[in-house]
Amino acid sequence: MSAAATALPMPSTRPVLRERGQREVFCGLTSIVWLHRKLQDAFFLVVGSRTCAHLVQSAAGVMIFAEPRFGTAILTDRDLAGIADANAELDRVCRDLLARRPDIKALFLVGSCPSEVIKLDLANAAERLNREFYPEVRVLSYSGSGIETTFTQGEDNALRTLVPLLPVDDAPQLLVVGCLADVVEDQFRRLFEALGIPSVHFLPARRARELPPVGKGTRVLAAQPFVGETARALIARGATLLEAPYPLGVEGTKAWFSAAARAFEVSDAHLSACIEPGVTRARRSLERYHPLLAGKRLFFMPDSQLEIPLARFLGEELGMETVEVGTPYLDQQMMACELARLPEAIRISEGQDVEAQLDRVRESAPDIVVCGLGLANPLEAEGITTKWSIELVFSPIQGFEQAADLAELFARPLVRRARLML
Amino acid sequence: MELTLWTYEGPPHIGAMRVVTSMRELHYVLHAPQGDTYADLLFTMIERQDQRPPVTYTTFQARDLGGDTAGLVKQTVAEACARFRPQMLLVGESCTAELLQDQAGTLAASMDLGVPVVALELPAYSKKENWGAAETFYQIVRAALSGRAAEAVTAEQGPQSALRRPRANLLGPTVLGFRCRDDVIEITRLMSRLGVDVNVVAPLGATPADLARLPDADFNIDLYPEISRTTCVWLERNFRQPYTRTVPLGVGGTRDFMREVAELAGLDQERILESEIPGASSLAASSSRLPWYSRSVDSTYLTGKRVFIFGDATHAIAAARVARDELGFEVVGLGSYSREFGRELRAAAGLYGLTALITDDYLAVESAIAEAAPELVLGTQMERHIAKRLGIACAVISTPIHVQDVPARYSPVYGFEGANVIFDSWVHPLVMGLEEHLLQMFREDFEFNDRAVPSHLGKGIAAQPSPPEVDSSTAAGNQDASTSLQWAPETEQELRKIPFFVRGKARRNTERFARERGLAMITVETLYDAKAHFGR
Repeated sequence: MSAAATALPMPSTRPVLRERGQREVFCGLTSIVWLHRKLQDAFFLVVGSRTCAHLVQSAAGVMIFAEPRFGTAILTDRDLAGIADANAELDRVCRDLLARRPDIKALFLVGSCPSEVIKLDLANAAERLNREFYPEVRVLSYSGSGIETTFTQGEDNALRTLVPLLPVDDAPQLLVVGCLADVVEDQFRRLFEALGIPSVHFLPARRARELPPVGKGTRVLAAQPFVGETARALIARGATLLEAPYPLGVEGTKAWFSAAARAFEVSDAHLSACIEPGVTRARRSLERYHPLLAGKRLFFMPDSQLEIPLARFLGEELGMETVEVGTPYLDQQMMACELARLPEAIRISEGQDVEAQLDRVRESAPDIVVCGLGLANPLEAEGITTKWSIELVFSPIQGFEQAADLAELFARPLVRRARLML
Repeated sequence: MELTLWTYEGPPHIGAMRVVTSMRELHYVLHAPQGDTYADLLFTMIERQDQRPPVTYTTFQARDLGGDTAGLVKQTVAEACARFRPQMLLVGESCTAELLQDQAGTLAASMDLGVPVVALELPAYSKKENWGAAETFYQIVRAALSGRAAEAVTAEQGPQSALRRPRANLLGPTVLGFRCRDDVIEITRLMSRLGVDVNVVAPLGATPADLARLPDADFNIDLYPEISRTTCVWLERNFRQPYTRTVPLGVGGTRDFMREVAELAGLDQERILESEIPGASSLAASSSRLPWYSRSVDSTYLTGKRVFIFGDATHAIAAARVARDELGFEVVGLGSYSREFGRELRAAAGLYGLTALITDDYLAVESAIAEAAPELVLGTQMERHIAKRLGIACAVISTPIHVQDVPARYSPVYGFEGANVIFDSWVHPLVMGLEEHLLQMFREDFEFNDRAVPSHLGKGIAAQPSPPEVDSSTAAGNQDASTSLQWAPETEQELRKIPFFVRGKARRNTERFARERGLAMITVETLYDAKAHFGR
């Protein structure tokens, strides 16, 4: 680990409940659902089974596009008979696909559980296909398999594959890492410009072929908590990871911008002047949620890695009390600043044994449980109010202007429950 | 390896989950990696189930692969058994676990759990969801009946028994099936009217103990052949229970079904069908309103409406019959993703002078629809999206379904009430009769054209984009053939006066007409010559 990384606060020593058992979380393939919308010139080809195809389709819900920019090369009995055959088959599928879709400039081969188990070498396949298609199309590979990744880790793996391709530039610049909704990205870009930060890039950019530079002058600011591997790969290329909580809520966003301002020696006065309108607006808009949410008890099932930052925001700014915050895995480095702000009384659990965790939910009788779609209706049927966690990944929730929208997502199920005379 | 963008069916273990989740007192341990629990949301969200599916996943990870995944199976099985105490345990594997060759089912069977264990082997790399459901149902039935001798059962019973009413099992309904919940109610009512008792309904709502009573019935109703045919065939062979071949969809289908049931139950057909005499003028000629509604003058405009049908084999084949014989539509396409029923589909398509489209390639279905330029699509949720894009009316008739296909109100598609539901849901998406006439008369009216906003919305509102025109020359990708053809500007102008929803058809027919006659330029004369040639 580099010097920049060790400069971060010591890993938290607070106890963590580590569990194994049935996990009710998506695998990394699911990130394709938003990655393919963000990267408008990319195609994501899952090399996997019918289960993978069905998963991505089910997670994408009703968003059926004529020819989406994702698909699955489904392994069949014939492919499993011999690996050499599977490689030739993959090449054929990619050729057909690229011939059909001349608009595609980057092709991501996405590894799955079955492709990992049969040890189909997608890195090698990408190299082979690049010899044929580069520079018209860049072929990349990463794993989104459930045996190696949970939900948002798929994005981390996808972004990490881009890191070796980034051009070198040692000039001072800010690199914001992690997919954000376009509207949020634009707001952030305007604020960074106002601060006077010389050069600001986002990873990913809106096109996979637009690659931001990286070098010794690069300061990395993580916009999402799940980009740990990408951040470490950037550190290995000379960049420095800025220590900050995530831009959720007024305080998180403020601290996040402050970290960038400090790194680029922006004066406190100028920082305050720039963010003041946003802070004031956000605080005012959060006021109406305080009475609705203060004192309400929360329980987070593990899902997207956003659980810890959300617990921090809802506690600090809206007075909610978190009973347990579950996370699929705990990345101490990426969570250091968040953990430092999270009250000790909150139980942190890592991994999952869903039956045992549901027993804890029933025992602690929280006012609202944040969970996946597989659990929400069954919990509601038991009389427990829920908030679908997937909405937190698919909605613009970061930044000052979205702070109230984020609070609204938690208030709405409670308000609805109170309204219905059923 | 096959490239798939959208899939009609999930893998076979999803079919197993549908069967298990439909039943009670049953638990399924699935050897599967993290992520496969996505399947739970199909049940809790699409079907709004208020309980999690009775499925426990082993959730193995990469670090387990070098170690003892078999141990993980045993531990999960033991814990699931202790927690859920099922009457019967199913143990199987998803696609990845199949590659590990842990033999999860065999492992569990050797554990002495005190409950019957069914080891499910569902080849994930060659089979799909419906096959998996059929196989799972069959395996559960076999396990439930393992102690029951066929001879002992049949010797003491028979439909002719004077001591009791005839009895039948309703087989095949599952969660995530198409309108199964209400079809079961409708068919149970119908059976009761016929004087036949329903012995067991399965899988929906049944326990393993209920399945042990299956042989008490005189015959089986094969309600959803994709799911229940395998089991029906086995029960016929081993317990001498005949099964029905007719699907009670539509008025004709329901009448034929009643006839078949009467025959199997040894009941008087004439008496049973006396209130269902086709052609009778009284409203009471059917228990369904469909025959009268369809004969009523308002329905005249339905005549010859071009309809494209795609779905599972059972619903697609039955829908084609209703479309042509009961609504007077013209069936211009018939297909299914159910390869298992290819023979039946080809035979059915032959009745309409068509070649069956048997494929699970979504893009192939899309281009077939564009090519056929129908006025109505009857399909699955996939076809609903295709139709929406092409600007064609659509009704959903088959799985795969979405949340809106599980309505709150009672809405079966089987039986006489089902026929009523079909009339409403297939006719309402179409342009209504008088409305169509007005569109014809005032085709250039400033408010009626395809770019106009409904006048009640006022003037300030921007025109909505028109639906993409169904144009065979581009949609079918045969530009080469049409490049030699040229449309005179005034003919294009004239074509625009034709209502937008039939314009594609007019263009296609005119070009075909011109091509057949070797014309290079399409004039207004050619347009009307073609119109006269092709008739309506």
